[in-house]
Amino acid sequence: MKDLSVSFCRMKFKNPVTCASGTFGSGIEYSEFVDLDGLGAITTKGVSVDAWEGNPTPRVAETPSGMMNAIGLQNPGADVFIKRDLAFLKKHDVPVIVNVCGHSTEEYVKAVKLLSEREEIALLEINVSCPNVKEGGIAFGTDPKSLFEITKAVKKVSKKPVIMKLSPNVTDIALMARSAEEGGADAISLINTFTAMKIDIYKKSFVLANRTGGLSGPAIHPIAVRMVYEASKAVSIPVIGMGGIACAADAIEMMMAGAVMVAVGMMNFHEPSLMTDIIKDIEAWMDETGTEKISDIIGCMH
Amino acid sequence: MKKCRARIVSKKELCEGIFDIRLRTEIAKDAKAGQFVLVFPNDPSRLLGRPLCICEADGDELRIVFRISGLGTKEISGISEDEEIMIEGPLGNGWNIKAAAGKEVLLLCGGIGAPALLQLAKKLGSQKGKEGGPKNVKAVLGYRNAPMNTFLAGDFENAGAEVVIASDDGSVGIKGNVIEAAGEKDIDCDVIFACGPMPMLKAVKSFADRKGIPAYISLEERMACGVGACLGCVVKTAAKDAHSHVNNARICTEGPVFEASEVIL
Repeated sequence: MKDLSVSFCRMKFKNPVTCASGTFGSGIEYSEFVDLDGLGAITTKGVSVDAWEGNPTPRVAETPSGMMNAIGLQNPGADVFIKRDLAFLKKHDVPVIVNVCGHSTEEYVKAVKLLSEREEIALLEINVSCPNVKEGGIAFGTDPKSLFEITKAVKKVSKKPVIMKLSPNVTDIALMARSAEEGGADAISLINTFTAMKIDIYKKSFVLANRTGGLSGPAIHPIAVRMVYEASKAVSIPVIGMGGIACAADAIEMMMAGAVMVAVGMMNFHEPSLMTDIIKDIEAWMDETGTEKISDIIGCMH
Repeated sequence: MKKCRARIVSKKELCEGIFDIRLRTEIAKDAKAGQFVLVFPNDPSRLLGRPLCICEADGDELRIVFRISGLGTKEISGISEDEEIMIEGPLGNGWNIKAAAGKEVLLLCGGIGAPALLQLAKKLGSQKGKEGGPKNVKAVLGYRNAPMNTFLAGDFENAGAEVVIASDDGSVGIKGNVIEAAGEKDIDCDVIFACGPMPMLKAVKSFADRKGIPAYISLEERMACGVGACLGCVVKTAAKDAHSHVNNARICTEGPVFEASEVIL
């Protein structure tokens, strides 16, 4: 029996595979396809204090080996999330990472205060990197000083370990990783999506109503590997690596680059049972290569 | 709801750019009228399934009729008999068949909207005059012009619907849109089921509103997951949606069929 478990923020996870926020709802939506209890963790869609409407449609577009989205963090607000989604997840034997969003420092702090009271939540992931909302989101995640400040602010009130989710839309990802660490983050996760644009050349219009959207999928995977490598080398806190993971090889690669856990994102849309397949295939790779503990490969390329 | 391989039983081009594909799949037996499937291109650089309505479901056979509207549907249209393709479904809510009980039913089918209504026509046709079934079923099928070959019109007739044909340019049937054609034929109805382009659905919504009768419309939108997770395909709603708690409903999950008065088009 191979050991797939990893230790992350002083907690033990049965395997390193979770989903990227926003690509798996809160698990309910995919529960007919996936045994949720088999996952390392479930990372929920971003939650804010109050309900958010999100952006106008079209909100999604396919791109070569990937897609763009500009959902705009539509969510029902923390109260509904706790009563409905969290209550559903509580019945499952899987750690829950809740992604938190806000328009301002006050909103982040309020949401973190509210959510960190919940015993069913293992970790909080702070979304300071969404490219599709006008205020908050990426504005906090592309300036090292703002990132430091928001990290400090949420850490001050959080009773749960805090993961800062970083944007790839920066020149120096190592600098951003260090800012989060200095602000007191318990972990970082990366990458969120790349700000991108698609134009319909016949209609002479933007394909997404929001004009820009976040690019994700296998197309950006090698850039994500590079950024996870650079960020994880720059800090001593653990990293969740994500960006276009489509198979066990991509997940293993991400761990070798320095990720302790990995998240599957848009490829869940292509193959709903992908995370389960990846977990199985990581085990097969361990057999094939004589790897006893998956944690042994973390950051082996450093 | 599952994702699985489906084998192509037959493929026909009904008129230029509109394809009729029959698939053998276990998904067919669970499919209800008005639901849809995601059909995945085989090209690995095109990762998202194309949401295509279920035209007919019979035993283990599923029929989809769709128009080429981009590179993905173009690729799917190029598949040959005996080849396999991945599909996911059945997805969405389907038509509210109970709303037809004892009613004069009017099906309004605009162009490539017609396939979304055929299985419903068959179902209603088989229940016509029976308890819980409709009193009568009429269908107006609108086409752009004669070269569109009045595709599926024969299928609606075989399903037991009284069919009226309309075309934008008058080259076949009544000149005008489906609502104008229904008016010219003096069709009386007390419930409408409709699918077609957005300007038509807007007209159906206001027509039903004026007449004070319910209209059920099937919507489309660009989708990613198809199962309600990504929130990519929403429609504005008049009241707060029970799931989202904002004035947005997921077309893939709460839809694709909505009561017209519930949505803002």
